[in-house]
Amino acid sequence: MSTIEERVKKIIIEQLGVKEEEVKPEASFENDLGADSLDTVELVMALEEEFETEIPDEEAEKIKTVQSAIDYVTNHAND
Amino acid sequence: MTMAGQVALVTGASRGIGKAIAEALVAQGVTVVGTATTQQGADAISAYLADKGEGVALNVTDADSIDAVLKHIDERYGQLDILVNNAGITRDNLLMRMKEDEWDSVLDTNLKAVFRLSKGVMRGMMKRRSGRIINISSVVGTTGNPGQANYCAAKAGLVGFTKALAQEIAARGITVNCVAPGFIDTDMTKSLTEDQQQAIFANIPAARLGQPEEIAAAVTFLASPGAAYITGETIHVNGGMAMV
Repeated sequence: MSTIEERVKKIIIEQLGVKEEEVKPEASFENDLGADSLDTVELVMALEEEFETEIPDEEAEKIKTVQSAIDYVTNHAND
Repeated sequence: MTMAGQVALVTGASRGIGKAIAEALVAQGVTVVGTATTQQGADAISAYLADKGEGVALNVTDADSIDAVLKHIDERYGQLDILVNNAGITRDNLLMRMKEDEWDSVLDTNLKAVFRLSKGVMRGMMKRRSGRIINISSVVGTTGNPGQANYCAAKAGLVGFTKALAQEIAARGITVNCVAPGFIDTDMTKSLTEDQQQAIFANIPAARLGQPEEIAAAVTFLASPGAAYITGETIHVNGGMAMV
């Protein structure tokens, strides 16, 4: 079973089409990984599906970096 | 490429333009879910669609009702390829006499409902990297029409909405377009007086009302694979009464 961190990183790699080594904890989706605002929305959608949770808009807006995504899922995931 | 096997949601499909759109899509092999405001209307849609789709009751001004219909489509068909926002109402009055509720109900049904439905189908279309949203505007959204400030505002609003959404999601393979009918032979135009009809005919180079099937043909084209590179556009179908 993969860890939450591994699963989150895998989704980021798939959704944003970036290389694994680029997905550093402090990397910003929009500033470092080339995501536009819609990419970020889709990334949140993918996280919601992977972890079977619903991320409220006000929380989703705070998910801007790799670490913030891992932190959110760690704190809220059902599994 | 064909449209066979695709699934479409057509609002306001019990009669007039919506019914013609549903029938035209069915003719292309599309499974159609048509909506009406009443169960009676929904049953009528089920009757004419037979095994090519179904009618469902939907109140487009009620977010819960929209959620329920989209959930039903997801569970029964597993996909939604085409959304045709056709449902519309008129509450005509000179602005001097127009009540707030006449304004609000037209804007809610004709414009805000399109926001609600488009948002509702977005996730599925984005994931599949394909989709068609077709909004039925009106020639009067471009030209204006006395007594219809509310209707004209809503129909013009659809054009702006369409352009903005088209830009947001073009990269995801989803197109958003409008079809703007002129004066079409439906219950909505039958309520015009003889004098009003004659005055309108004088301004239509084609010198006749349009048929619902002529709107449906434009919608079917925009829904087809061949129209994949057209987005944010408004196709006017009005016999020449307004050229923009």
